[in-house]
Amino acid sequence: MSSAANDDALRPPGSSGPSGPSDSSGPTNKMLFGKLFFGLREAGVKVSPTEWMTLCEALATGALEPSLDALYAVGRALLIKHEAHFDTWDQVFAGVFSGGEMPVALTEELLDWLASPLERPGLSPEELAELELLSLDELRRRFLERLEEQTERHDGGNRWVGTGGTSPFGNSGSNPAGIRVGGAGGGRQAVQVAEMRRYRDYRNDRILDTRALAVALRKLRRLSRRDGDPELDIDGSIELTSKNAGELELAFVPPRENQARVLLAMDVGGSMTPYTRLCETLFSAASAQNHWRKFESFFFHNCPYSRLFSSMTSGESEATAEILKSRPPETFLLLVGDASMAPSELLSAHGAIDWFERSETSGLVWLHRLRSHFSRCVWLNPMEPQHWRGYTVEVIGKLFPMYPLSIDGLGQAIDHLVKKSVPPPPPPLDPRLLRD
Amino acid sequence: MTLDPTSTKQSVPARLRWTGSADYIASEDLQRIVNVSIALQRPLLLRGEPGTGKTLLAKSIASGLGLPLLTWHVKSTTKAKDGCYVYDAVQRLYDSRFQDKDVSDIRQYIKLGPLGQAFSNAGRAVLLIDEVDKADVEFPNDLLHELDAMSFFVHETGDTIAAKTRPIVIISSNNEKELPDAFLRRVVFHYIDFPDDELMGRIVDVHFPGLDKDLMTRALGQFYQLRAVDGLRKKPSTSELIDWIAALLAHGHDLSGTGEELPFIGTLIKRERDLAIARDAKKPKKWR
Repeated sequence: MSSAANDDALRPPGSSGPSGPSDSSGPTNKMLFGKLFFGLREAGVKVSPTEWMTLCEALATGALEPSLDALYAVGRALLIKHEAHFDTWDQVFAGVFSGGEMPVALTEELLDWLASPLERPGLSPEELAELELLSLDELRRRFLERLEEQTERHDGGNRWVGTGGTSPFGNSGSNPAGIRVGGAGGGRQAVQVAEMRRYRDYRNDRILDTRALAVALRKLRRLSRRDGDPELDIDGSIELTSKNAGELELAFVPPRENQARVLLAMDVGGSMTPYTRLCETLFSAASAQNHWRKFESFFFHNCPYSRLFSSMTSGESEATAEILKSRPPETFLLLVGDASMAPSELLSAHGAIDWFERSETSGLVWLHRLRSHFSRCVWLNPMEPQHWRGYTVEVIGKLFPMYPLSIDGLGQAIDHLVKKSVPPPPPPLDPRLLRD
Repeated sequence: MTLDPTSTKQSVPARLRWTGSADYIASEDLQRIVNVSIALQRPLLLRGEPGTGKTLLAKSIASGLGLPLLTWHVKSTTKAKDGCYVYDAVQRLYDSRFQDKDVSDIRQYIKLGPLGQAFSNAGRAVLLIDEVDKADVEFPNDLLHELDAMSFFVHETGDTIAAKTRPIVIISSNNEKELPDAFLRRVVFHYIDFPDDELMGRIVDVHFPGLDKDLMTRALGQFYQLRAVDGLRKKPSTSELIDWIAALLAHGHDLSGTGEELPFIGTLIKRERDLAIARDAKKPKKWR
């Protein structure tokens, strides 16, 4: 969005005072207004025409006073239905009404990078040494400080909204100098609020707290009437009573309950260390779920072999063969790991990295057995998909449907798990892959 | 869905404007949003951290407008139909065995739920559907028609119960489940931000009029410091702050001692693990 185009849009001839979009205040206002709608849709917030019409209705009824602040608050309430999208709203709103570009994509990336320096491979030793000098908090603080200075300087020289009667919402009269003058009520100026981007932390692709994961995990269920304490079946009781010539006869059915069994197996230690907190979050979210019939968790190191550990500290374990035998095949299996290891760890007999693991069977064979037994299974990878490189990731990715361990990724993985159709059997194990 | 929603709706008296109430401080934005949802006659969906006053807001809207409040507490077993009416078939079946009641009048076995009561109320009412996300994921979808048309059909009697005056509907959600899109498209959405310290000062003032200024400043300072601690599972919220200040006042504590552990920290932090994290954060930082 170029700023020149915005300036044109902001300067309709003879528009003064409040006006709704359906008003005859010239086509440019409509363009500016439409930009908000299409800007949001382009940014991935699928505002529906119905919601847009509702906003138009709200403006037409005159229920809100004509100011940019009101448009910011009410527009958001009517168009945006999740706080995860508030940040996008702020950006688009600022983009449309301040005439600025949407400048934040870069800083977003940088912040992400600062948050997880281990994830970006290929840093030179000098770069690493530089990073070491400052603590992460300190680095982030300085970075934000710098960013703030820049925004302020940028803002200072900016025209933004309200160069006298140009805004369709008539902020103008009291606000000839631009954004530095507060609105009539001394309130915050809407574009400034938008520029603050207070809602960045609510973005879906960024946050990953226990609660958000728990919400995603709730979708993992399989409802059926099988066991449980019976409840009164009213239709059945009426039927039986009628047949019984009016003498009361009660019928009972088992309740409709979630029959899902879930098995979570997580890679720990080694290359998974940077993702410890992420995995902990997933683990606590999963173990807090009380709507599953059964939940079990196991740990492994790099790749599952003949034993899976029920506790990593005490070393308690269960034979993988036993798990395959005793857990029903309809159990949902979630494997979590970066799938990155030395090829020999996956493919060779005696390939396991730990000395106590003396399995002659290679990790890939164990994985294939798990995949064949548990037809509904996924692999969750904590790395971002663009870093899914390497031979072992490729081999495992062919065997298991692999999803990133993020809110969206977990959601997709669960959609895959609960699909009605029966998933296809795994591809046959290619013996040429295996090594001695 | 009709593209001209005004056609099916009655007009709203222009005087119906909510500006907060004595026991609820509302920001200007919130007032705007509430009034727009009243003017548009669309349900207002409230979401926010637990303890930010979602239920309280509904009460304040009712008292501020001088309207009766009907609350529908949603539970995990709640069905959409329960809010409209419940047909007590078992009671009727039971009564049919003894001839002391006229079981042919099915209406005596129809009990209106909160939605039905709000519709059949003579005047306008405020209906709060509390914690809509507690119920099954399909629950909001099952309510779409009733909330759009503000009427429902009683199958057992063939009656249609339609709202004489459309109630003001407020729906609260703790975000435990994603709500369906079709439902979201029809509502006005407001996310209750966590109050900043200035607004929090006013909120505390409502609960403890004339609270010592120094104590207030110190308490809020400590409170926000605690909320800023990284890694807490459950950050302390407004209601916990109120409890904490009540505890401080009851024991005559004025928070003047510095550096030591916060008194009555148990009212603010409820999880053992969080407690450990909070204590850890109080210690001076060691540099690598």
